[in-house]
Amino acid sequence: MKVYLTRRYLFAASHRLHNPLLSEAANRETYGKCNNPYGHGHNYFLEVTVSGPIAPETGMVCDLEALDAVVTREVLNQFDHQNLNQLQDFSTMIPTTENLTIRVQQILSRLPLPAHLESVRIEETANNSFEYAGAQEPRR
Amino acid sequence: MIYLTRKAEFSASHYYHNPEWSAEENQRVFGKCANLNGHGHNYTLEVTVSGDVDAVTGFVIDLKQLKDILNREVLDDFDHRHLNKEVPEFSGQIPTTENIAVAIWKRLESKLRPARLHRVRLYEMPDLFVDYYGE
Repeated sequence: MKVYLTRRYLFAASHRLHNPLLSEAANRETYGKCNNPYGHGHNYFLEVTVSGPIAPETGMVCDLEALDAVVTREVLNQFDHQNLNQLQDFSTMIPTTENLTIRVQQILSRLPLPAHLESVRIEETANNSFEYAGAQEPRR
Repeated sequence: MIYLTRKAEFSASHYYHNPEWSAEENQRVFGKCANLNGHGHNYTLEVTVSGDVDAVTGFVIDLKQLKDILNREVLDDFDHRHLNKEVPEFSGQIPTTENIAVAIWKRLESKLRPARLHRVRLYEMPDLFVDYYGE
């Protein structure tokens, strides 16, 4: 038996979408207002999905406190109230939410978690969301 | 193949307790969920069915029938009930969101033909939900 559990978290951060290899005009054309020089911010909702069998003695797939502790320490404490462009994670990568989602999945996939990591989903705004499941396709 | 999702809500109380453990062990593992007086949630259930669109009706499933099935098989038994004490599946297992989702799957799986039950998604809170695909 395999059950998927999703936990939702919130962090706030700023970013600016700008590729130094492109001209000012091309950056403006590509990124629009996301290229404004001083950046802007979002409240990002992060959804972390893990999976596994239900442990009969607890009825649970995952120790939620343990999951919260890892995500808080390794993701939220790193990204919340930060300027993403200034972080080492994005020194060579534009902090689009595509890249942010991949980065968070990579961070979590390399750590011991209390259940198997399935996918990471980030809502940049209520209208935009991104999902990454590593090598596998996200579930429908 | 098309997928249709219907949402429903129910409110219920529960507690987490493993009778094979001491009170201290229950408290350590389940925290405030171990309070034997129980507590409650507004659960949001999303049931996704899949199938082909019927050429005559244009439906994958009749929504009114699906609503009636959800009411009869799930909500009538779960809504405004104490899951540990009033729902038979939980006389022998802990009514976690995981186990509730699986119990709902088992209640619905054979009732939706010719459509197929694809997914049961159950929100305990806006920041916590479980998906079960019958795997």
